[in-house]
Amino acid sequence: MSLINSMPEMALTTRIDDLLNWTRKSSIWYMMFGLACCAIEMMQTGGPRADLERFGMAPRATPRVSDLIIVSGTLTLKMALRTKVLYDQMPEPRYVVSMGSCANCGGLFQLAYSVCDGVDKVIPVDVYVPGCPPRPEALTEGLVKLQEKIQQERWLVRKTAPVGVRA
Amino acid sequence: MAALEAAAIHAQLRRRFGDAVGDLAGTGRDASTTVGAATFPEVCRFLKTEPALAFDCLSNLSGVDYPKRSVIQVVYHLFSYRHRHWIVLKVDAGRDDPVVPTVSHLWSHADWQEREVFDLLGVTFDGHPDLRRILMPEDWPGHPLRKDFVEPEEYHGIVTSRESLLKA
Repeated sequence: MSLINSMPEMALTTRIDDLLNWTRKSSIWYMMFGLACCAIEMMQTGGPRADLERFGMAPRATPRVSDLIIVSGTLTLKMALRTKVLYDQMPEPRYVVSMGSCANCGGLFQLAYSVCDGVDKVIPVDVYVPGCPPRPEALTEGLVKLQEKIQQERWLVRKTAPVGVRA
Repeated sequence: MAALEAAAIHAQLRRRFGDAVGDLAGTGRDASTTVGAATFPEVCRFLKTEPALAFDCLSNLSGVDYPKRSVIQVVYHLFSYRHRHWIVLKVDAGRDDPVVPTVSHLWSHADWQEREVFDLLGVTFDGHPDLRRILMPEDWPGHPLRKDFVEPEEYHGIVTSRESLLKA
């Protein structure tokens, strides 16, 4: 039996929510997915200085076990279709971080014929990180923002009114 | 093994191929000459196999669109590692149906560069073993480096333009 969306809102469920979210936000596995120069900064963020592993984040080589896709770099139209396929293969709940100007809006290359002007035209984005490319500190802050977002999600609260109760 | 001046290389080509080889333009490494498409494979074979010339490296192959002349020009930068000399060949092709003989059997890395010129400018390389797009998606409409190329409004449902946030 699933507890998701089945309980009335009360103190206990909120605490369980918090516990679940704390565990989820502390083990975000991101997909090994680099597109351009931003990917170099993303690798640095995973390296010993910025050290993403202190947040429990680890790169995964397959979308099927990933929680997060960091779109790092210029997204061409050709790659946009493939990015959509990768995103569709990720299990829910899944998150998207758009890293750098190119992934945000096409950036420097938005007038080029081959560039998709922003990854949000293909998949929904949770956090936009500005910069060209963003420093590892900037990406880390974006990921901390994502953690805050995850922490505030409510999974157990029933989203519709229970049967027999007037809304 | 002496490096030849571009003028000497050009003189050899003229002596052998006559009017199929155009005048020499430019100097040094940029010295170029036009070659008729019909004799072009023979010119390339000669440049590669003649011991005094020995152009063993095709260092670049690119294309230029000239809509006013209704011509697409394919440009070949040749270099000889043995003699350390250079020459640039230019071949004109009609813009409506550009066809140029392949040189991929002489310099095997011409294979991908010809595919790139085919992809971006739509030049068909006659005799190429595997002529298909190399950069753009297979279902892309048209050839984007042509001057009259118009960007499609959308590609597989992705709108290709974005409204500026800076507008008032």
